Amino acid sequence: MSEGSQVTVEAQEPIETEKARQSASSNNILMSIRDLRVWFELRRFGFGHAGFVRAVDGVNFDLHRGEAIAIVGESGCGKSSLMKTILGLYRPREGTIIFDGKDLNEMGRDGLRWYRSRLGYVQQDPYGALPPFMSIERILGEPLIIGGVRSKEERRQRIRKTMLEVKMSPPEDFLPKFPHMLSGGQQQRVVIARAMVLEPEFIVADEPVSMLDASVRVEILKLLRGLQETHGLSFMYITHDLSTVRYFSERIFVMYAGKLVEKGKMTDLLRNPLHPYSHALLAATSDPDARNAATFKEVPPGEPPSLVKPPEGCRFHPRCVRIIQGLCNEKEPPEFEPEAGHFSACWLYQ
Amino acid sequence: MAEAEKLLRVDNLKLYFRTGGGAVQAVDGVNFELDYNRAVVVLGESGCGKTSLAKAILRLLPRNIETYSGEIWLDGKDVMQLGEEEFRHSVRWVKMSLVPQAAMNALNPVIRVGDQVAEPVMIHLGMKKNDALATAQKMFQNVGVPVDFLNRYPFELSGGMRQRVAIAMALVTSPSLVVLDEPTSALDLLTQANIFNVLKRIKQGFGTSYILITHDIATSSELADEVAVMYAGQIVEVGDAGLFFPAPLHPYSQKLMASVPRLRGNQEPEFITGQPPSLLNPPTGCRFAARCSLRFEKCDQEPPVFAKDGRKVKCWLYA
Amino acid sequence: MKALQRTFRELLRYPSAVIGLAIIAGLLIMSIYAMVSIPYQEALRLWRGGEGVWYKNPKLAAPEWTNLFRKDKLPKSIYLSSLDGSASKEVTTDAKGNKKIAFTYTFDYPYAAFPQELVLFFTSKFSAKKPYAAITWITPEGKSIRVAEISIDQSTVYYFSQDAKLQRRLLDVAPQVGLFVNDLKAKNPSPLKGTYQLKISANIFEADADLDAELLLYGQVHGLAGTDHLRRNLGIALLWGTPVALSFGLIAALGTTITTMVIAACGVWFGGWIDQLIQRITEVNMVLPFLPILIMVGAFYSRSIWVILAVTVALGIFGAQIKAFRSTFLQIKESPYVEAARAYGAGNFRIIFSYLTPRLIPLLIPGLVAAIPGFVFLEASLAVLGLGDPTLPTWGKIINDAQANGALYQGYYYWVLEPAALLLIAGLAFAFLGFSLDRVFNPRLRGM
Repeated sequence: MSEGSQVTVEAQEPIETEKARQSASSNNILMSIRDLRVWFELRRFGFGHAGFVRAVDGVNFDLHRGEAIAIVGESGCGKSSLMKTILGLYRPREGTIIFDGKDLNEMGRDGLRWYRSRLGYVQQDPYGALPPFMSIERILGEPLIIGGVRSKEERRQRIRKTMLEVKMSPPEDFLPKFPHMLSGGQQQRVVIARAMVLEPEFIVADEPVSMLDASVRVEILKLLRGLQETHGLSFMYITHDLSTVRYFSERIFVMYAGKLVEKGKMTDLLRNPLHPYSHALLAATSDPDARNAATFKEVPPGEPPSLVKPPEGCRFHPRCVRIIQGLCNEKEPPEFEPEAGHFSACWLYQ
Repeated sequence: MAEAEKLLRVDNLKLYFRTGGGAVQAVDGVNFELDYNRAVVVLGESGCGKTSLAKAILRLLPRNIETYSGEIWLDGKDVMQLGEEEFRHSVRWVKMSLVPQAAMNALNPVIRVGDQVAEPVMIHLGMKKNDALATAQKMFQNVGVPVDFLNRYPFELSGGMRQRVAIAMALVTSPSLVVLDEPTSALDLLTQANIFNVLKRIKQGFGTSYILITHDIATSSELADEVAVMYAGQIVEVGDAGLFFPAPLHPYSQKLMASVPRLRGNQEPEFITGQPPSLLNPPTGCRFAARCSLRFEKCDQEPPVFAKDGRKVKCWLYA
Repeated sequence: MKALQRTFRELLRYPSAVIGLAIIAGLLIMSIYAMVSIPYQEALRLWRGGEGVWYKNPKLAAPEWTNLFRKDKLPKSIYLSSLDGSASKEVTTDAKGNKKIAFTYTFDYPYAAFPQELVLFFTSKFSAKKPYAAITWITPEGKSIRVAEISIDQSTVYYFSQDAKLQRRLLDVAPQVGLFVNDLKAKNPSPLKGTYQLKISANIFEADADLDAELLLYGQVHGLAGTDHLRRNLGIALLWGTPVALSFGLIAALGTTITTMVIAACGVWFGGWIDQLIQRITEVNMVLPFLPILIMVGAFYSRSIWVILAVTVALGIFGAQIKAFRSTFLQIKESPYVEAARAYGAGNFRIIFSYLTPRLIPLLIPGLVAAIPGFVFLEASLAVLGLGDPTLPTWGKIINDAQANGALYQGYYYWVLEPAALLLIAGLAFAFLGFSLDRVFNPRLRGM
């Protein structure tokens, strides 16, 4: 970790929406997120207000066209809420999401429909993600019907094409089947096909392989990577398994307690994790090596904090071994840039 | 020259389930050994029968059993010969216990966790309630759960804490052998690392042996002294972990190791084409032959187990 | 389709399901037969009775097959008519143009009990002068008994039992008994078995006048199902009661269950005040007494079966089933595929009807089938209480009539037992089927 080097501090003031919109449409930034906050209200007895669960609490990043980013974090860090807000399933409390130059907050119903057709969603549980009472053909046809493709023939062609892309051939063998007749890997391919059938620009994948067998995981990851390269898709890959991230993303964001604590190119971050939490995550990831049995791992003590009342200052400070007393526990750190393109929200880099 | 008695010796263990479509041969002639204070990891993918193996060893059987045979020598005695009641009384949870899959959901939601951990010692060792709670408290300290959690209910605990409680429940009667079925599959990375630290500490401090059943090859290396690879109801390779991980012998093991994504290191992972055979009607001959790139004519017959450098492989390549 | 076949085959493994299905099939065949052979309007007309409809039936006659269990057989009705040739009719004309017609009715009487009643139905055609008939009875031993001499109108009915003169001639023994015994003074008379004859000698005073006569001995057993106090063949009501019961049960069960499902789904999906409102309405409705309200509606408003059906469905919609469906829907709502559907833009009603409700159907079907007998009994209960549709022949109506006429006190057990047996069988069949379906659709129950 580089300490004491001269770094440029990235300004933490929110960029105005107009500027962001301009930059989004001019260069190749597909999505721009600024100061996003997603808070869920806690109700007492169904009526009284009892605070907010601040699932996403000030997230900023840009996503370029054709880029794959991985968002890494443990459960309860807010990555699912972030993902669902991007998908349009939750409404943010504050902040902006600008997609292809258009602000999500200002989209009407037609705008949202257009937005939804530009995105694909791949879920974690392949069996749960498919309605058990629909045939594969019907499952893949639903997004098309909702998206306004009226012609049955056109739907059939697009479904066929997508099935071939996810390497389920011949398609006719699979289309009349039901989800429970397929293996886990095949089910996940159908989920991917459903995400691809509207020819989106951006795929959000939530732990797409964690419920699959080891030998199938690689197959699916390679499929996703192949699709990304063929279509120039942007990808948001959410996971807690750092070892798969290497094969699949250009940039990694580490999320903790509703905030992004580190952002950087994949090679940079894996080689040199700046934030203590990222460092702990990497240290806790095992490679199959018999010497592991003889050593204990260093794990930060404690548990992730409550999102209702997060700690003062840096949210990781109660568990951090490199805490700077008087600073980390009082003031929230801004984002620093110790290396080019490698950001970390940690006072160690001021 | 008498060999020192090993803790566990499983001999030709078979467990077939009766289903509407025929007999599912979940465990089909499994042999392995485990010494005191050693941990063996049973690796395999879904549908290979590893959970059934855990159930077979602990005799936690459902109603539709067609075949359950073989020998299980625990501490020098064949426990397969014991009647149901005697097994329950003197073996299960006394000599060996189980941390089941999704153990955190296996806790009774309406009983305090302290009481739940105390229950096995009250039943199996006949302790009084107060002594049992004291034992439970000590166990909580061993697994790293704060002592004031004794009076809490499961829903008040996080997933990692609940898993530690489940482990405490399995260890509270000081068994010699603990079978863990996917102990960390639903847990976060840091929690997982913590759990393995706990397991290692217990192994060093109490001399417990483990059978760890998992499909997560990377984390299995955290605990493994020996590795057994299971495929289609059979064990296809057993050997020392230090020899296995760098150089697996069986073609399936090799492909399995090659499919593991690694954080450090440079190779591109590969996947295995095809699917494991159905346990309803396993093929004759070597069960992996259909997907094996190294198959030859001999593979039409079922290979016996060959020995190589102190390891065992069920493959004609090592004849 | 294949899933349906598989379910069906699975179902047939349970003996109770096979029995249930067989019985239901039988009931369906009965219903179809009833609706085909006696169209609806015809059935209503027959059940209303009235002039000339049921006159040929005895009153309160047990079914004929009960004779199988009797040593001394009860008599069946005997009908002889000059119109259809079962009686002989001879016409002689004398020189003056006066016609004389001789009717002879011959029948065997092998029974051990007396007929209920003997009746002669005369129909005649004439302009001014009424025909005149002399009736004679001939016993198997050849004894000839003078019955009556009467003049015949266009249609005259002669009841033997109401002829006081005949009774006096028979030493005050009722004619339907007296004409059949030898010893008129016997204490416990039993009829003389043998061949009897009735002769009618009629004088007709016009050339183109005509006379016909039908002799009817009312037996004590009649038909497959017996008759009631209005001489109606119970078989009509039993037959027609089947489709009424089945369709009431089915429509009520289907109507309530499907509507409940949709309401529960809407409540769960939209959440918020809609859900709260539905839950409160349900809770209030669960407290309301179901049968008393139906009784009040029947007593004060209308007893038409359609009104009763409508009120049943309306009260049933917000029943306790909503709570059960709601808990299942709450789980289904959290399914990943529902979330995915929201992500690709499915609208609210599309999600409710295409994604949520199909998951519930396997749970629905056993409950639906098991609810049908409940509604069948409901309709019957209302009819028994006198609040059923008065024009419809239903099983409950039969029991109601039976009760109003003291059937059990007077020993007319068949009147009550037949509809009760049908209700029992119908309920049993659906219950068998429902429980077996439950075991098929809910594998967790299979161990039981």
